[in-house]
Amino acid sequence: MEMIDKALGVHAQALGLRSKRMEILARNIANADTPHFKAKDIDFKSVLKQTKESALNTTSNLHMPMPMEEDPGGEKFRIPFNASFDGNTVEMNVEQAKFGQVAADYQATLNILESRVSGIRRALRGD
Amino acid sequence: MALDRIFNIAGSALNAQTTRMNTTASNLANSGTVTGKENEAFRAKRTVFKTILEQQQKPHEQGFAGGVRIEKILDDPSPIRKMSEPNNPMADKDGYVYLANVNEMTEMVEMMAASRSYQNNVEVVNTTRQMLMRTIDIIKT
Repeated sequence: MEMIDKALGVHAQALGLRSKRMEILARNIANADTPHFKAKDIDFKSVLKQTKESALNTTSNLHMPMPMEEDPGGEKFRIPFNASFDGNTVEMNVEQAKFGQVAADYQATLNILESRVSGIRRALRGD
Repeated sequence: MALDRIFNIAGSALNAQTTRMNTTASNLANSGTVTGKENEAFRAKRTVFKTILEQQQKPHEQGFAGGVRIEKILDDPSPIRKMSEPNNPMADKDGYVYLANVNEMTEMVEMMAASRSYQNNVEVVNTTRQMLMRTIDIIKT
Protein backbone atom coordinates (compact mmCIF):
# COMPACT_ATOMS: atom_id res chain seq x y z
CA MET A 1 0.00 0.00 0.00
CA GLU A 2 2.86 2.34 0.83
CA MET A 3 4.20 1.95 -2.67
CA ILE A 4 0.87 2.97 -4.18
CA ASP A 5 0.62 5.97 -1.82
CA LYS A 6 4.09 7.04 -2.85
CA ALA A 7 3.35 6.64 -6.52
CA LEU A 8 0.24 8.76 -6.27
CA GLY A 9 2.09 11.38 -4.23
CA VAL A 10 0.38 14.59 -3.33
CA HIS A 11 -2.10 14.31 -6.18
CA ALA A 12 -4.54 12.11 -4.28
CA GLN A 13 -4.89 14.84 -1.62
CA ALA A 14 -4.96 17.52 -4.28
CA LEU A 15 -7.94 15.82 -5.91
CA GLY A 16 -9.85 15.91 -2.62
CA LEU A 17 -9.00 19.55 -2.12
CA ARG A 18 -10.08 20.46 -5.65
CA SER A 19 -13.43 18.76 -5.23
CA LYS A 20 -13.82 20.59 -1.90
CA ARG A 21 -13.14 23.89 -3.65
CA MET A 22 -15.69 22.99 -6.32
CA GLU A 23 -18.24 22.42 -3.57
CA ILE A 24 -17.57 25.87 -2.13
CA LEU A 25 -17.93 27.49 -5.55
CA ALA A 26 -21.16 25.53 -6.17
CA ARG A 27 -22.41 26.89 -2.85
CA ASN A 28 -21.64 30.43 -4.00
CA ILE A 29 -23.45 29.91 -7.30
CA ALA A 30 -26.46 28.34 -5.56
CA ASN A 31 -26.73 31.33 -3.22
CA ALA A 32 -26.33 33.99 -5.90
CA ASP A 33 -29.77 35.42 -5.04
CA THR A 34 -29.71 34.99 -1.25
CA PRO A 35 -29.68 38.30 0.65
CA HIS A 36 -26.66 38.86 2.94
CA PHE A 37 -24.85 35.75 1.64
CA LYS A 38 -21.07 36.17 1.67
CA ALA A 39 -19.14 34.33 -1.05
CA LYS A 40 -16.28 32.12 0.14
CA ASP A 41 -13.27 30.48 -1.43
CA ILE A 42 -10.20 28.55 -0.30
CA ASP A 43 -6.61 29.46 -0.95
CA PHE A 44 -5.54 26.22 -2.62
CA LYS A 45 -1.80 26.68 -2.21
CA SER A 46 -1.79 27.47 1.52
CA VAL A 47 -4.25 24.70 2.37
CA LEU A 48 -2.30 22.08 0.42
CA LYS A 49 0.90 23.19 2.15
CA GLN A 50 -0.78 22.99 5.53
CA THR A 51 -2.21 19.54 4.74
CA LYS A 52 1.26 18.29 3.87
CA GLU A 53 2.78 19.73 7.02
CA SER A 54 0.08 18.61 9.41
CA ALA A 55 0.38 14.97 8.32
CA LEU A 56 2.24 12.99 10.97
CA ASN A 57 5.61 11.69 9.89
CA THR A 58 6.15 8.00 10.54
CA THR A 59 9.70 7.21 11.65
CA SER A 60 9.32 3.44 11.86
CA ASN A 61 7.70 0.84 9.66
CA LEU A 62 5.57 -0.24 12.61
CA HIS A 63 3.95 3.19 12.97
CA MET A 64 0.49 3.46 11.62
CA PRO A 65 -0.13 6.39 9.29
CA MET A 66 -2.68 8.93 10.53
CA PRO A 67 -5.71 9.37 8.32
CA MET A 68 -6.06 12.83 6.78
CA GLU A 69 -8.66 15.19 8.10
CA GLU A 70 -11.52 15.41 5.69
CA ASP A 71 -12.12 19.13 6.16
CA PRO A 72 -8.85 21.04 5.91
CA GLY A 73 -10.64 24.34 6.59
CA GLY A 74 -9.01 27.52 5.38
CA GLU A 75 -12.17 29.06 3.93
CA LYS A 76 -11.93 32.78 3.37
CA PHE A 77 -14.48 35.40 2.41
CA ARG A 78 -14.18 36.82 -1.04
CA ILE A 79 -13.81 40.58 -1.42
CA PRO A 80 -16.27 41.70 -4.11
CA PHE A 81 -15.28 44.06 -6.91
CA ASN A 82 -18.60 45.89 -6.62
CA ALA A 83 -20.74 46.03 -3.50
CA SER A 84 -24.35 45.03 -4.00
CA PHE A 85 -27.50 46.49 -2.49
CA ASP A 86 -28.69 43.42 -0.57
CA GLY A 87 -25.35 42.56 1.06
CA ASN A 88 -24.72 39.59 -1.22
CA THR A 89 -21.09 39.31 -2.37
CA VAL A 90 -21.54 36.65 -5.06
CA GLU A 91 -20.47 37.94 -8.46
CA MET A 92 -21.77 35.43 -10.95
CA ASN A 93 -19.17 36.00 -13.67
CA VAL A 94 -16.31 35.69 -11.21
CA GLU A 95 -17.80 32.49 -9.82
CA GLN A 96 -18.34 31.04 -13.28
CA ALA A 97 -14.76 31.81 -14.26
CA LYS A 98 -13.40 30.24 -11.06
CA PHE A 99 -15.65 27.20 -11.46
CA GLY A 100 -14.38 26.67 -15.00
CA GLN A 101 -10.82 27.06 -13.80
CA VAL A 102 -11.21 24.58 -10.95
CA ALA A 103 -12.92 22.11 -13.29
CA ALA A 104 -9.86 22.29 -15.57
CA ASP A 105 -7.55 21.92 -12.55
CA TYR A 106 -9.49 18.85 -11.43
CA GLN A 107 -9.13 17.30 -14.87
CA ALA A 108 -5.40 18.04 -14.87
CA THR A 109 -4.98 16.30 -11.51
CA LEU A 110 -7.11 13.44 -12.80
CA ASN A 111 -4.88 13.07 -15.87
CA ILE A 112 -1.78 12.85 -13.68
CA LEU A 113 -3.45 10.28 -11.44
CA GLU A 114 -4.59 8.34 -14.48
CA SER A 115 -1.05 8.06 -15.82
CA ARG A 116 0.28 7.06 -12.37
CA VAL A 117 -2.37 4.36 -12.03
CA SER A 118 -1.64 2.99 -15.48
CA GLY A 119 2.07 3.00 -14.56
CA ILE A 120 1.39 0.91 -11.47
CA ARG A 121 -0.82 -1.39 -13.47
CA ARG A 122 1.91 -1.93 -16.06
CA ALA A 123 4.46 -2.59 -13.32
CA LEU A 124 2.19 -5.18 -11.72
CA ARG A 125 1.42 -6.89 -15.00
CA GLY A 126 5.08 -6.95 -15.96
CA ASP A 127 4.81 -6.42 -19.68
CA MET B 1 -16.46 12.79 -1.10
CA ALA B 2 -17.38 16.34 -1.85
CA LEU B 3 -18.54 15.91 -5.42
CA ASP B 4 -21.84 14.28 -4.52
CA ARG B 5 -22.68 17.13 -2.16
CA ILE B 6 -22.47 19.51 -5.13
CA PHE B 7 -25.49 17.76 -6.64
CA ASN B 8 -27.48 18.45 -3.47
CA ILE B 9 -26.41 22.09 -3.33
CA ALA B 10 -27.14 22.78 -6.99
CA GLY B 11 -30.38 20.77 -6.70
CA SER B 12 -31.63 22.89 -3.82
CA ALA B 13 -30.86 26.00 -5.87
CA LEU B 14 -32.76 24.57 -8.86
CA ASN B 15 -35.72 23.95 -6.58
CA ALA B 16 -35.59 27.48 -5.14
CA GLN B 17 -35.36 29.09 -8.57
CA THR B 18 -38.31 26.99 -9.77
CA THR B 19 -40.39 28.29 -6.87
CA ARG B 20 -39.34 31.83 -7.75
CA MET B 21 -40.37 31.23 -11.36
CA ASN B 22 -43.70 29.84 -10.07
CA THR B 23 -44.47 32.97 -8.06
CA THR B 24 -43.61 35.10 -11.10
CA ALA B 25 -45.99 33.06 -13.24
CA SER B 26 -48.68 33.43 -10.60
CA ASN B 27 -48.11 37.19 -10.42
CA LEU B 28 -48.34 37.55 -14.19
CA ALA B 29 -51.45 35.37 -14.38
CA ASN B 30 -53.18 37.48 -11.73
CA SER B 31 -52.06 40.85 -13.09
CA GLY B 32 -55.47 41.51 -14.64
CA THR B 33 -57.64 40.64 -11.66
CA VAL B 34 -59.91 43.32 -10.17
CA THR B 35 -61.85 43.33 -6.90
CA GLY B 36 -64.36 45.56 -5.17
CA LYS B 37 -62.42 45.87 -1.90
CA GLU B 38 -58.93 47.24 -1.41
CA ASN B 39 -57.80 44.59 1.09
CA GLU B 40 -58.95 41.77 -1.23
CA ALA B 41 -56.92 42.98 -4.22
CA PHE B 42 -54.18 40.65 -5.46
CA ARG B 43 -50.71 41.56 -4.24
CA ALA B 44 -47.60 40.43 -6.10
CA LYS B 45 -45.66 37.70 -4.28
CA ARG B 46 -41.91 37.80 -3.68
CA THR B 47 -39.75 34.87 -2.58
CA VAL B 48 -37.00 35.34 0.02
CA PHE B 49 -34.03 32.95 -0.19
CA LYS B 50 -31.95 31.74 2.72
CA THR B 51 -28.80 29.65 2.95
CA ILE B 52 -29.21 26.19 4.52
CA LEU B 53 -26.69 26.26 7.35
CA GLU B 54 -25.24 23.09 8.80
CA GLN B 55 -26.40 23.93 12.35
CA GLN B 56 -29.94 24.87 11.33
CA GLN B 57 -30.68 21.93 9.06
CA LYS B 58 -34.15 20.46 9.20
CA PRO B 59 -34.39 16.65 9.16
CA HIS B 60 -35.34 16.52 5.47
CA GLU B 61 -32.39 18.77 4.58
CA GLN B 62 -29.61 16.37 5.59
CA GLY B 63 -26.68 16.70 3.19
CA PHE B 64 -27.98 19.94 1.72
CA ALA B 65 -25.79 22.24 3.84
CA GLY B 66 -24.64 25.25 1.85
CA GLY B 67 -27.62 25.04 -0.48
CA VAL B 68 -30.56 27.40 -0.54
CA ARG B 69 -34.18 27.22 0.58
CA ILE B 70 -37.21 29.49 0.39
CA GLU B 71 -37.48 31.17 3.77
CA LYS B 72 -40.75 32.98 3.18
CA ILE B 73 -42.98 34.40 0.48
CA LEU B 74 -43.86 38.05 1.05
CA ASP B 75 -46.51 40.34 -0.44
CA ASP B 76 -45.22 43.22 -2.52
CA PRO B 77 -45.77 46.39 -0.42
CA SER B 78 -46.33 48.71 -3.39
CA PRO B 79 -49.72 50.47 -3.29
CA ILE B 80 -52.91 49.10 -4.88
CA ARG B 81 -54.25 51.22 -7.73
CA LYS B 82 -57.96 51.98 -7.94
CA MET B 83 -59.86 52.79 -11.09
CA SER B 84 -63.25 54.36 -11.63
CA GLU B 85 -65.38 51.82 -13.50
CA PRO B 86 -69.02 52.25 -12.48
CA ASN B 87 -70.24 49.72 -15.04
CA ASN B 88 -68.07 46.91 -13.68
CA PRO B 89 -70.15 44.41 -11.66
CA MET B 90 -67.29 44.22 -9.13
CA ALA B 91 -67.30 47.98 -8.48
CA ASP B 92 -67.89 49.25 -4.91
CA LYS B 93 -70.58 51.79 -4.02
CA ASP B 94 -68.47 54.71 -5.29
CA GLY B 95 -67.88 52.97 -8.63
CA TYR B 96 -64.25 52.00 -8.03
CA VAL B 97 -62.51 48.70 -8.71
CA TYR B 98 -59.11 47.77 -7.21
CA LEU B 99 -56.36 46.42 -9.45
CA ALA B 100 -53.56 44.00 -8.62
CA ASN B 101 -50.24 45.73 -7.80
CA VAL B 102 -48.35 43.64 -10.36
CA ASN B 103 -45.83 45.43 -12.54
CA GLU B 104 -45.37 43.35 -15.71
CA MET B 105 -41.92 44.79 -16.40
CA THR B 106 -40.67 43.83 -12.92
CA GLU B 107 -42.08 40.34 -13.32
CA MET B 108 -40.38 39.85 -16.69
CA VAL B 109 -37.05 40.94 -15.20
CA GLU B 110 -37.61 38.60 -12.25
CA MET B 111 -38.38 35.75 -14.65
CA MET B 112 -35.19 36.36 -16.66
CA ALA B 113 -33.09 36.51 -13.49
CA ALA B 114 -34.60 33.26 -12.20
CA SER B 115 -34.04 31.53 -15.53
CA ARG B 116 -30.37 32.67 -15.72
CA SER B 117 -29.70 31.45 -12.18
CA TYR B 118 -31.38 28.15 -13.05
CA GLN B 119 -29.14 27.74 -16.10
CA ASN B 120 -26.04 28.47 -14.03
CA ASN B 121 -26.90 25.70 -11.61
CA VAL B 122 -27.71 23.26 -14.43
CA GLU B 123 -24.22 23.99 -15.77
CA VAL B 124 -22.73 23.22 -12.35
CA VAL B 125 -24.55 19.87 -12.28
CA ASN B 126 -23.36 19.02 -15.81
CA THR B 127 -19.71 19.84 -15.12
CA THR B 128 -19.76 17.91 -11.85
CA ARG B 129 -21.34 14.90 -13.51
CA GLN B 130 -18.68 14.83 -16.23
CA MET B 131 -15.91 15.02 -13.63
CA LEU B 132 -17.46 12.29 -11.54
CA MET B 133 -17.67 10.04 -14.58
CA ARG B 134 -14.02 10.74 -15.46
CA THR B 135 -12.98 9.91 -11.90
CA ILE B 136 -14.78 6.60 -12.16
CA ASP B 137 -13.01 5.96 -15.49
CA ILE B 138 -9.62 5.87 -13.70
CA ILE B 139 -10.37 2.46 -12.24
CA LYS B 140 -11.44 1.09 -15.60
CA THR B 141 -8.83 -0.52 -17.90
